[in-house]
Amino acid sequence: MTPTLNLTINGTPQTIALDDPRATLLDLLRERLGLTGTKKGCDRGQCGACTVLVDGERVNACLSLALSQDGKHITTIEGLAEGEQLHPVQAAFIAHDGFQCGYCTPGQIMSAVGLIAEGEAGLDPERVREGMSGNICRCAAYAGITEAVLEATREMDTAAERKSA
Amino acid sequence: MAEVMNMEGHVRLGSNAGQALTRRDGILKVTGAAPYAADARPEGLLYAVAATAGIARGRVTHLDVAAATAHPGVVKVYTPANVPALAISPDEKIHPFVWKMEALQSDAVRYAGQPIAMVLAETLEAATEGARLLAPRYEAEPPRVTFETGEPYETDTTAFGRPATHRAGDLDAARGTAAHHVVTEVSTPAQYHNAMEPHAVTARWDGDRLELDTPTQALALTKTTIAAFLGIDAAGVTIRSPFLGGGFGSKAIVYGAQLLAILAARDLGRPVKMVLTRAQMYGPVGHRAPTRQTVTVNLDPEGAITALEHDTLTVTSTFDHFLEGASGASHSVYVAPVLHTTHRAVRGDIGTPGPMRAPGEASGSAALELAIDAAAEAAGMDPLAFRLKNYAETDPATGMAFSSKALRECYAQAAERFGWDARPLAPRQMRQGRLLKGWGMGTAQFPCPMFQAAAHATLRADGSGVVETSAADMGQGAWTALAQIAADGLGIDIDRLDFRSGHSDLPDAGIAGGSGHTATAGTALFNAGADVIRQLADLATQDPASPLFGAGNAGVTARAGRLWRNDDERSDSYEDILARAGLDLIRGEGKGVREGEPTRAMFSHGAVFAEVLVDPDLGQVRVSRLVGAFAAGRIINPKLARSQLLGGMTWGIGFALQEEALHDARTGRFVNNDLAGYHVPVNADAPMIEALTVHEDDPFVNTLGIKGVGEIGVTGTVGAIGNAVWHATGIRPAGFPIHPESLI
Repeated sequence: MTPTLNLTINGTPQTIALDDPRATLLDLLRERLGLTGTKKGCDRGQCGACTVLVDGERVNACLSLALSQDGKHITTIEGLAEGEQLHPVQAAFIAHDGFQCGYCTPGQIMSAVGLIAEGEAGLDPERVREGMSGNICRCAAYAGITEAVLEATREMDTAAERKSA
Repeated sequence: MAEVMNMEGHVRLGSNAGQALTRRDGILKVTGAAPYAADARPEGLLYAVAATAGIARGRVTHLDVAAATAHPGVVKVYTPANVPALAISPDEKIHPFVWKMEALQSDAVRYAGQPIAMVLAETLEAATEGARLLAPRYEAEPPRVTFETGEPYETDTTAFGRPATHRAGDLDAARGTAAHHVVTEVSTPAQYHNAMEPHAVTARWDGDRLELDTPTQALALTKTTIAAFLGIDAAGVTIRSPFLGGGFGSKAIVYGAQLLAILAARDLGRPVKMVLTRAQMYGPVGHRAPTRQTVTVNLDPEGAITALEHDTLTVTSTFDHFLEGASGASHSVYVAPVLHTTHRAVRGDIGTPGPMRAPGEASGSAALELAIDAAAEAAGMDPLAFRLKNYAETDPATGMAFSSKALRECYAQAAERFGWDARPLAPRQMRQGRLLKGWGMGTAQFPCPMFQAAAHATLRADGSGVVETSAADMGQGAWTALAQIAADGLGIDIDRLDFRSGHSDLPDAGIAGGSGHTATAGTALFNAGADVIRQLADLATQDPASPLFGAGNAGVTARAGRLWRNDDERSDSYEDILARAGLDLIRGEGKGVREGEPTRAMFSHGAVFAEVLVDPDLGQVRVSRLVGAFAAGRIINPKLARSQLLGGMTWGIGFALQEEALHDARTGRFVNNDLAGYHVPVNADAPMIEALTVHEDDPFVNTLGIKGVGEIGVTGTVGAIGNAVWHATGIRPAGFPIHPESLI
């Protein structure tokens, strides 16, 4: 029997016939749906390269069985930009050189989007560093990542104020 | 967090190099569109998963192939009994950049984690389960994975034919007259590269033609090596490696599981994808070998070094040859009228070590800088004053002058930025709350090798350019920095340049290693552009219709898509020159190579200052501040160079305080071959880090004056942190990583 699950991925509802119930959310995205922007670095929840948003919260996709996500809204790196318009976090990562090899970058960016939404770190660099420490960058672009998260936070705050005004 | 980049006096090569451009591959990388090898999903794909040895020495006596084969989705199980043969034994070293490999050539196990079978299946899940079902049984022999149990190994070379021993001057005499004889012993652990991207290959055959997506730091070399082992024409092999998810030395070599996946694809007539697990990256793809080093500094009564001795004991594999050349780090940093360096090794049941970011230099610098601080203490001198007193004006190892050496400026700028003047000489003098605070420093140095590269350049009728070379971008920024150089070679704006790279069908860009890729491939690209400009200038200066007619080749400059007379304001556009000549394009070629034997000693230099906070009760060490200043010749892109330097310095934090791969001595297996047990720095570990660049012109190192920034940041930093820990606690670290229990 082929199990099915319903997911909304980057805003698009999908019914997925899953060929193997052992598949993780990460291997579903990468190997079955062709959403290869999300990366596998350790497959053990230790590096953060596979970070996606599930119902807006950051999750290690490698630690999540695909079947356990039925009904959830998944946002991946492919769903962040609006057309040509980069998300403020994406733009800030480029401006501050918040990456080198780029492999951990989708996970870093999704984690940053999640962190900013959590609203716990704000503009405190120390809390941003702590909040981003589940995402390893072996190139160690940490200074740029922290600068980028801070700038994007400011940017998004300003945009939110403009909207509410 | 605020960084200071010293942009003053920054030399711009032309209109592009020298600018802090953001990465040209930035949008690809922040949108998830940048393709890495494991992202490939060709039609009909099979997944390959390696089964690996759970013992370190012995042989495999049984694999439950039937159980694995019976698992739904499993297509084939390869073991030594049925694996297709390679054209050449994987134990052949067909060139110095080949490591002996495990491709199921026998049932022998020579280290834990070695591939012993490979399972092919329709899904990754089935292949993974199939590999598990093999349930290997072994005939195990006692593993030898420690310094104590390894076999003594006599050798004359460390790696790549470098001599293991350097002896200059009368050591006995120097020891006899020394006022101080300071002996420092330092151990360093086995470290693993742990690039974020696991090693991967996606292989496809079309008849005799082979197409690969696989990350490599040496595209052309990987192509010819794979072709040789498979016994096929290298011209029929195409490798795409546009982006490496980190390399750090581990992706310069071909490895057994990679070959097995390619063999399986040929055998089964379907594309195959094989990705190493994180745990499988511990063994077959190299590591930084552990060392036990002894550095002895002999001083005269005034604190001048009279003799320097550096001995390294390291561990290599039982079946191949690579020694961590740590003692070499003492060759060229400080004065040493007498200089004796030696290397010794034992052979253990481990994967063969290999180059890992600053190979030799990182471990050696860590020991040397601790020893220099101990010597400064013996001489009663400030560590910076001691280093300045023993500043090498010429290279002690070769006697040659340095091609350039702005190390004094590095010391001065970093010390000022750090506030070194306020440092008390004695340890345990500073506190921050209940924490002990200490300041330490280290000298950074890294050589400037060049490999060999070739490049093509084409100028098109519309004045735009195309350049081609098979460069490897593993994060250092080749897509950007090399394009900046190439655009200047052609005298056009970078936006008018099509830079083709990362593909094996392009001219050989050489190896991305030794911090020499920008210099080597950059020189080739620049020369290819210059070749085009020479031809263009010939056309223009011989064309009576050109404003440049009669100016002569030496009398024109290429800039902003035009040739300009040097003797007046007149110029001619590339488009017009080509149109009048009736040409659609002009092609040029260039090489990047250092001709002849060097007559100067060539190094990048730097100074690193560290502040640490140590919990006196728990022994926990935090690096609270790091300031480095580096002189590395011409900086092509200050933004990318800063990232490289900060990355290297952060590796220094990992080396000093965190990274350590541990074997279980009873089984020979790893205890911590994952990112939970093997700690690399995370964001919270790298708080206030600054990298300054110091202006330096070097007319000798290469025509572009590029020295390289990829590895130097690791050197100096480790010692600086160790010395800061001493300054905080009064305890000299006996090795790295510094364990909390050693400080309480």
